[in-house]
Amino acid sequence: MSNDETYSTAYRSGMREEMERDGTIFVLGTDLFDRGGHFSQVKGLGPEFGADRIRDTPISEAAMVAAGVGAAMNGTRPVVDLNFMDFAYGAMDELINQAAKIRYMWGRPVPLVVRATAGVAQGGAQHNNSLQSTFMSTPGLSVVFPSRPWDVKGLLKSALRGEDPVVFMMHKMLTGARGPAGGPDELVPIGSARIARPGRDVTLISYGYGVTIAEKAAQSVAAQGIDTEVIDLRSLSPLDLNTIVTSVRKTGKVIVLDEAPISAGPAAEITAQINDHAFWYLDQPVGRVCGADSPIPHSPALVDALLPSEAGVVAALQQIAAATGPALAS
Amino acid sequence: MTTSTAQPMPDVDPAAAREWLAAMILIRTFEERGDELALRGKIPGGMHPAIGQEAAAVGIARGLRGTDLVAGTHRAHHHALAKGMTPSAVLAELYGKASGSNGGRGGSMHLADFDLGLWGSNGVVGAGLGIAMGAALGAKQRGTDQVAAGIFGDGGANVGRVWEFTNLAAIWKLPLIVVCENNLYAVETQTSSVTGGADITRRAAGFGLPAFTVDGQDVVSVHQAVSEAADRARTGSGPTFLEILTYRYKGHDSGQVIRYRTDDEVQRWRSSKDPIENYAARLITAGLLDEAGLAALTDTARTTVDEAVTFAEEAPWPDPCTAAENVSAYTGNEQR
Repeated sequence: MSNDETYSTAYRSGMREEMERDGTIFVLGTDLFDRGGHFSQVKGLGPEFGADRIRDTPISEAAMVAAGVGAAMNGTRPVVDLNFMDFAYGAMDELINQAAKIRYMWGRPVPLVVRATAGVAQGGAQHNNSLQSTFMSTPGLSVVFPSRPWDVKGLLKSALRGEDPVVFMMHKMLTGARGPAGGPDELVPIGSARIARPGRDVTLISYGYGVTIAEKAAQSVAAQGIDTEVIDLRSLSPLDLNTIVTSVRKTGKVIVLDEAPISAGPAAEITAQINDHAFWYLDQPVGRVCGADSPIPHSPALVDALLPSEAGVVAALQQIAAATGPALAS
Repeated sequence: MTTSTAQPMPDVDPAAAREWLAAMILIRTFEERGDELALRGKIPGGMHPAIGQEAAAVGIARGLRGTDLVAGTHRAHHHALAKGMTPSAVLAELYGKASGSNGGRGGSMHLADFDLGLWGSNGVVGAGLGIAMGAALGAKQRGTDQVAAGIFGDGGANVGRVWEFTNLAAIWKLPLIVVCENNLYAVETQTSSVTGGADITRRAAGFGLPAFTVDGQDVVSVHQAVSEAADRARTGSGPTFLEILTYRYKGHDSGQVIRYRTDDEVQRWRSSKDPIENYAARLITAGLLDEAGLAALTDTARTTVDEAVTFAEEAPWPDPCTAAENVSAYTGNEQR
């Protein structure tokens, strides 16, 4: 165990350990060998493992993912690094129509990891898509979206020892976030959430950078006597419904915090699942604090107006904690 | 670039030379029966018959080793049969039965058997080449001498990612054969009318790999070109592009009304370039086969396909309770 990794170095350290353990693992993508990727996620691994295992590619996303799919079907464990998840649009057939369906149609495992940095930050409309909404609604793809170094490393290890395609999303805002990370064989299972903060009054569910906002908001309302349980989903597909439902049955009040556009995103699915599995335990309707149905603009002033904020989550927690009886239309 | 129009005898023993003919006759017999069954509504979603393209499939499959792999297109029964999938397994799959090659989960456009090196026909134009290219990368990473052939059609020659795949194979010297099975029509569009520069082989050569045009109605030429490409791939010289010129006698799919070409054109191909008739005549002329032997091959094919129809008709349907099973190895902590 290491006590001081960043989100990005935890990825690199997990990758290095797994590449040492398993000679069939290799990484392909743009600007990886020298630069170590646009977020330094594999910095230094090029010279260490050689150009056959840290493979630089042209800017050909369809070819990158196709190479990964076919190689994964043929006895190796490729990691396709797209740098920005937005570039996956150039490889949607490979991901959704090929990788995700091969086990189902042909019974062939596809141990492929597609990693990219995701989430909303700077860069404007075309570098800030919330593709998790698309991927989690694709049967056959697993989607992970860790919030801290420990889970980056542990989830990467699970993905590299698994059998099927994993979309590995890492939030831009967390690139330099610090924290401990596990040792060579400390795995975080795919499909397992964690209780980031235990509480009795309200369940606050999020993932990725949302967990950072959620923890701050929970801390803030604690002083007012609201005891918030924060769930870090870690995986969006499969969802850990046991952890969600167990918490909801305890608190009876839920806020889902999600920066993706609100329509048909992860928060919508989580809300529906809670209604399916824990409706009679709810004291109030499930609340959602989500991104607006809008592309992401360039100006920080405009970006902030579209995204969930700590203040917005605090207000939602206060409102739901205080609410009793039926919510009244106002 | 060369164009092979010669008609040499195959450089294989007589039994193998006859087996190629048997394989082509079996494909034709299967496809004609399949087409009929599709028109009778026996095949959900119909099928894309490859009648006329038999030499392409058999030449490719026999030019490769059994351990080599092929990934193909939506028109793929000929590839599947040439790679060794049985008519019963294919037809039961087309019917959607449990005894089909893929338990009814694949169908005509998604036939796969990895033990036979059949890495899937593919419903998306150009996608089979991507899987083959990736498989070639896997073979190279593992240091095996396996070769992959990725097949697309003339329609696929205008799909951008086909050239992404070709470029990656070329720069990485992957053990891949990039095969364009050109039957002149992309669904209902004459390919020459939508292909800039008109010459697909020249286009491929621009990516820096050996590129050849091959007479796809001649199984011997296809076999030779594929064998040579496989040797290059196996010895580390990287990929080869082959444009295999062929023709489909039927429409894009079973029952299609054809308005985009003349009957005369079809008749010209059938009467002068038929891959089975021409090759059979050559074997007879060379004394490797007689008329009785040819009749026996035709009878055997008919019997085999008859048995496949019976097998498909009588095979059980898959259990609907299993329809959502085996979607992913990751099931998580599902709430029951």
